[in-house]
Amino acid sequence: MYAYDELDRTIINERVSEFRDQVKRRLSGELTEDEFKMLRLQNGVYLQLHAYMFRVAIPYGTLSSKQLRRLAHVARRYDRGYGHFTTRQNIQFNWIKLAELPDALSDLADVGIHAMQTSGNNTRNVTSDQWAGVAPDEIEDPRIWSELIRQYTTLHPEFSFLPRKFKFAITASAHDRAAIKVHDIGLRLHKNAEGETGFEVLVGGGLGRTPFIAKTIKPFVPGRDLLSYIEAILRVYNQYGRRDNIYKARIKILVHELGIEKFAQEVEDEWLQMRDSALTLDDEVVEDIRSRFSYPVYEKLPHMPEELKKAAHDPYFEAWRKNSVAPHKVTGYAIVTLSLKPVGGPPGDATADQMDAIADLADKYSFGEIRVGHEQNLALPHVARRDLPALWRELDKIGVATPNVNLVSDIIACPGLDYCSLANARSIPIAQELTRRFANHDTANLIGRLHVNISGCINACGHHHVGHIGILGVEKNGEEFYQITIGGRADENAVVGTLIGPAVPYGEVADVVEDIVEAYLALRARPDELFIDTVKRLGVEPFRERVYATR
Amino acid sequence: MTSPLEQKKIRITGPSMVTANRTWDGVVIYRTPDHGWSVNLSDAAIVRTSDEARALLAESVADDVGAVGAYIAPVEIKDGGKIRPGNLREHIRSEGVTIDLPVPA
Repeated sequence: MYAYDELDRTIINERVSEFRDQVKRRLSGELTEDEFKMLRLQNGVYLQLHAYMFRVAIPYGTLSSKQLRRLAHVARRYDRGYGHFTTRQNIQFNWIKLAELPDALSDLADVGIHAMQTSGNNTRNVTSDQWAGVAPDEIEDPRIWSELIRQYTTLHPEFSFLPRKFKFAITASAHDRAAIKVHDIGLRLHKNAEGETGFEVLVGGGLGRTPFIAKTIKPFVPGRDLLSYIEAILRVYNQYGRRDNIYKARIKILVHELGIEKFAQEVEDEWLQMRDSALTLDDEVVEDIRSRFSYPVYEKLPHMPEELKKAAHDPYFEAWRKNSVAPHKVTGYAIVTLSLKPVGGPPGDATADQMDAIADLADKYSFGEIRVGHEQNLALPHVARRDLPALWRELDKIGVATPNVNLVSDIIACPGLDYCSLANARSIPIAQELTRRFANHDTANLIGRLHVNISGCINACGHHHVGHIGILGVEKNGEEFYQITIGGRADENAVVGTLIGPAVPYGEVADVVEDIVEAYLALRARPDELFIDTVKRLGVEPFRERVYATR
Repeated sequence: MTSPLEQKKIRITGPSMVTANRTWDGVVIYRTPDHGWSVNLSDAAIVRTSDEARALLAESVADDVGAVGAYIAPVEIKDGGKIRPGNLREHIRSEGVTIDLPVPA
């Protein structure tokens, strides 16, 4: 966990006071909506179909049990008793009242949570691997650098009025769980040939109307130069980014239109002028940030305790363990993913009661720490393996032990037309129907790893472009239709999926997904060939034939 | 179901109303014939020509303190004069989400 210092607390509290005054002036008519809109957006407040929506940042996906309880309190006191975890390590409340927002922000500020820059054309919440600090294969904890970037970019005047929103993601593992290649800037911590630690910097990734996979702009930037190099990128973007056309304003378009070589040269020229400026990070600064992260004092525990051996006879426990429990860097411990994808439920939603219960379980089993992943699930990052059976029973009681992590029903979905003012079609009912179709665990397990992503419009909040199966809601003559892509992925081998054919109506989407899955089962070379690998080997044609032969 | 945020020209082809969200709490509201707002679609002022729609929208937008994001949306007039939402978006805004909420209201 990162402990805020006095400066952090002052900034957050002052922001609450400022926003309280802005809301008061808006409600009195002193501020018009045109004047107020940018102010509310910079505090994470959108206007959706039914109400205001309030988006709260969970930087690099790390929460304390105290913070999660406070989110539960906000859900219960100011909303309708639940929240929605998003694909960018935020939580959204869908029914908030503008008049009560300052109080909600104030309650969150008490535990170091804020909503600054969760919207608007500025640098957004810095996201990272939800297993940061505990993944066995990582170079070092990427949250140290995430926090540095968070502090550096928060309220930075040069980054507060960018041509468009700007998103960072950081990973320190070979396997990318943070989807860095679909972010404006993706950072991968790694070691160079000399054994030094630094960053591969990728730029220009993004989804939405025009999807691009990020390109490497510099293979190795030492930590000391990270901020100056990032600032050079943002300066070039600020100078050349399109402000005249919202659809061409993201940095991905600039990188595409200039070409990565030309863009890189512009950045290099800018960087050489400022490389050894005040932005140089000396070890003292980095160590100061590092020192504010606290880590558990782990016990020396066996890898295979008696409790686990005994529980292995229970097929339900084993089904859950195989999908939800991941190796930890410390022997005797495990990372446990909590599925927020129950059969028939909206993906990523958690009730206030569930949040409170998870906070209690985090205190009991995970040193009081919870993580939020971009797949819209939660994780307990420090669970003793001896406690897994007991934890599983308690998670099951509160409905977050569905054994479907990384399986076909572990669906990523945006709120869609049920909530969102931008959406053309509904996402959640499609996801719910798919979870029912694939509710049988044996069938889902037979299918294996398969990521389904659903977006209710081209803005792609459900990351449909990079789903193994991607579903995009569109409107045709007032009716909901859905385009289906296959072969996308968001990891270190990220690629945008390929459209398989004409859009299908709402009522046929689940049938089409079943057809695609059946085709995969018939076409895969062997039982352990993953869906994504079968699509890569065969292309989309066999799947297209299967889906459209009878349509 | 084109997003009202993309509503540029005002041209209606059937009965329409003006809807918005109430400023202080965001609740869905409808412009009424007596120049006020109601949370009930059945109270909405109905317009049938583009000129009427433009006028109704203009007076609605003028109430910047009471309402936010006003726009014109289609309705259907059923037998007996009952007003129904004219598309899925307005149906959802009027009737609520099409799913069960995680916590029943």
